[in-house]
Amino acid sequence: MASLKDLRNRIASVKATQKITKAMQMVAAAKLRRAQEAAEAARPYSERMGAVLANITQAIGGGGDAPALMTGTGRDDVHLLIVCTAERGLCGGFNSQIARLARDHIRRLLADGKQVKIICVGKKGYDILRRDYASMILERVDLREVKTLGFANADAIARKVIHLFNDGGFDICTLFYSQFKSVISQIPTAQQIIPAGAGSTAPEATNGGNAVYEYEPEPGEILSDLIPRNIAVQIFRALLENAAGEMGAKMSAMDNATRNAGDMINKLSITYNRQRQAQITKELIEIISGAEAL
Amino acid sequence: MAEAFKFELVSPEKLLVSEQVESVVIPGAEGEMTVMAQHAPVMTTIKPGVVTIKTAGGKEERFVVFGGFADILPSGCTLLAESATHVNDIDRADLARRIQEAKEDAADAKDDESRSKAEQFLSQLTTLEGALLPA
Repeated sequence: MASLKDLRNRIASVKATQKITKAMQMVAAAKLRRAQEAAEAARPYSERMGAVLANITQAIGGGGDAPALMTGTGRDDVHLLIVCTAERGLCGGFNSQIARLARDHIRRLLADGKQVKIICVGKKGYDILRRDYASMILERVDLREVKTLGFANADAIARKVIHLFNDGGFDICTLFYSQFKSVISQIPTAQQIIPAGAGSTAPEATNGGNAVYEYEPEPGEILSDLIPRNIAVQIFRALLENAAGEMGAKMSAMDNATRNAGDMINKLSITYNRQRQAQITKELIEIISGAEAL
Repeated sequence: MAEAFKFELVSPEKLLVSEQVESVVIPGAEGEMTVMAQHAPVMTTIKPGVVTIKTAGGKEERFVVFGGFADILPSGCTLLAESATHVNDIDRADLARRIQEAKEDAADAKDDESRSKAEQFLSQLTTLEGALLPA
């Protein structure tokens, strides 16, 4: 049986832990708001981009001059997976969910005899995937030092990917990230970005169908300028959604931890009080029986 | 007074401008163009340069953009910029860094086509720098 002093120490340490988790929860809540704002601010751009893209594709009408980034190489032998996770842990199942989705995908591809290459964005996904698929990981993008996610970060990743594509490094590229539905629900998602998945990202054309566009320069040229940019935008959006999702997951994980710590403190306090009372009673009995013996 | 139309300037990070304007000057890839209400539908890429907006209130605002494209419809104009800053907030160091990068790109270019592209981009940047920051 633990002594009173031991119990006191344990209560103190659980209280300290609770303070930390509480603080982390509040930090996550503040960061979540910022991340959500950033994600919302980025939305108009990707929406307009989608609309413009739809317009142009319509104008070209699937002509032969669409760039390879859009039509693909015509094969699907080599797959590139971009796995975006958080840089830090302590956010519940957030990272492992994304990693699990990626791992299932990899297993399926390998079973089909495809070749798989991986780019890890974020430390946690790298740590998980490294165990099984270290030889397939081409690169690891570290965003630990990045305070606020900028478009430049996403652009740098996109540039690497496009460079690799142009060198014939892969045929199909899929992006793994966590879609931010709400604070308590993030959905791990796989999205094919090269070749641009038909129907997945292209909303309806907005020009009502009858406006005839003039293009400066040629539509094909605009398109070849647009597609790489669109990839960067997709990655940027994934990173922002991830950032918001991470904070949401962290907030609920830390909320749980705080509550668990509270339960534990209650339990320990009851044990502590009982033991103290038992000791007092025991001492009283000893004194009284001593006095009676006289 | 000219008719007003809706103009939006969007960068990947946020929506910078969304208001009724009289006219907008856009640094199009094939020359500057002024957009007013009821403009024919045009889609154009833009080069690094200055976007000048004349709002419906008669105020003039200027933004520096680095590449992107514009979607012009009779009912409005949307400019998707890779990065956009208000002229007052332009950062000399940032501009110098971009020029440095463009120089490196031009030096690294493998074939003639990409080199001429990089050099063109570089010259656009230096022109922009000259226009913005009188020595």
